[in-house]
Amino acid sequence: MKNEWPLWEVFIRGQHGMSHRHVGSLHAPDAEMAIKNARDVYTRRNEGVSIWVVKAADIAASSPSDKGPLYEPSQSKVYRHPTFFDIPEDVGAM
Amino acid sequence: MTRDEALFEYLLRLGDNTLILGHRVSEWCGHAPVLEEDIALANTALDLIGQTQLWLGLAGEVEGKGRDADKLAFLRDAWDFRNVLLVEVPNGDFGRTLMRQFLFDAFHSILLGKLMKSSDTRVAEIAEKASKEVSYHLERSADTVVGLGDGTEESHARMQAALDYLWPYVGEMFTADAVDAEMAEAGIAPDPADLRADYDALVGKVLAEATLDIPDSRFAHKGGKTGTMHTEHLGHLLTQMQWLQRAYPGASW
Repeated sequence: MKNEWPLWEVFIRGQHGMSHRHVGSLHAPDAEMAIKNARDVYTRRNEGVSIWVVKAADIAASSPSDKGPLYEPSQSKVYRHPTFFDIPEDVGAM
Repeated sequence: MTRDEALFEYLLRLGDNTLILGHRVSEWCGHAPVLEEDIALANTALDLIGQTQLWLGLAGEVEGKGRDADKLAFLRDAWDFRNVLLVEVPNGDFGRTLMRQFLFDAFHSILLGKLMKSSDTRVAEIAEKASKEVSYHLERSADTVVGLGDGTEESHARMQAALDYLWPYVGEMFTADAVDAEMAEAGIAPDPADLRADYDALVGKVLAEATLDIPDSRFAHKGGKTGTMHTEHLGHLLTQMQWLQRAYPGASW
């Protein structure tokens, strides 16, 4: 597997989107080719105006086995949601 | 030869170059060494076929005999084609395909730059649209030629062999005849010979970066753009490309 190109994660900002969104991954020998490949693989249907690529190996991710300690404690803390306030009509949609 | 007859010939040359190269590149669909290159090559092929529709569509209009782009593409025989020989030679390996792409893209982008200033607005508009696609084709093929040329011992050897094989097909793109003279005089298209200096500078720079040696010889195979003598490969290509329309005339979907 040593001769395989590294894996890159691709993020694309759409025409009207404010932020880049993860769209998928691809293989490429370097960052420049990764952007070119992303252009060809992920923007063929006019999806984007900006591309980010990052080596998949450089992404630090949370571990699925930590799910309990990481996320469960927040499940029982409904008071963290701002649903207990009356919002005046004038404010409109939030 | 009237000016419109010359323009018709000239448009066939433009449209047949993109049609035949587009078909050649499309032969890689599903066969490229990696998925990303497969999609990139298919995109390039589709760009070229799209440009073909514009050039041959205009050619049919100029000819005025009721032939549209499809009729010109699918119902002419080998001797009626006006593409340069470079675009009809077989793909060979991936390296040779990309070398051919680069040698043509460099010519194509320089030519389209001049055609954007054509005295014929229809030609200028098509050139403008195509030039954006072709700038990207050139960027990509040049990068790949450098990557493989200045790569491993194996990839370098293959790219040098590709360049040695293809170089004798480069000269034809810069030969001129009565059609070119008529186009230059009308301000519709440049004299092909005038593009050579820019081409040599561009190609020389990229191939040097790719650590590849340009063959010394300026010998050039000719006969494609004039239609006097295509290689034996064109007929085989047309047999595949035109099969459906030949077997089922007028079939559409």
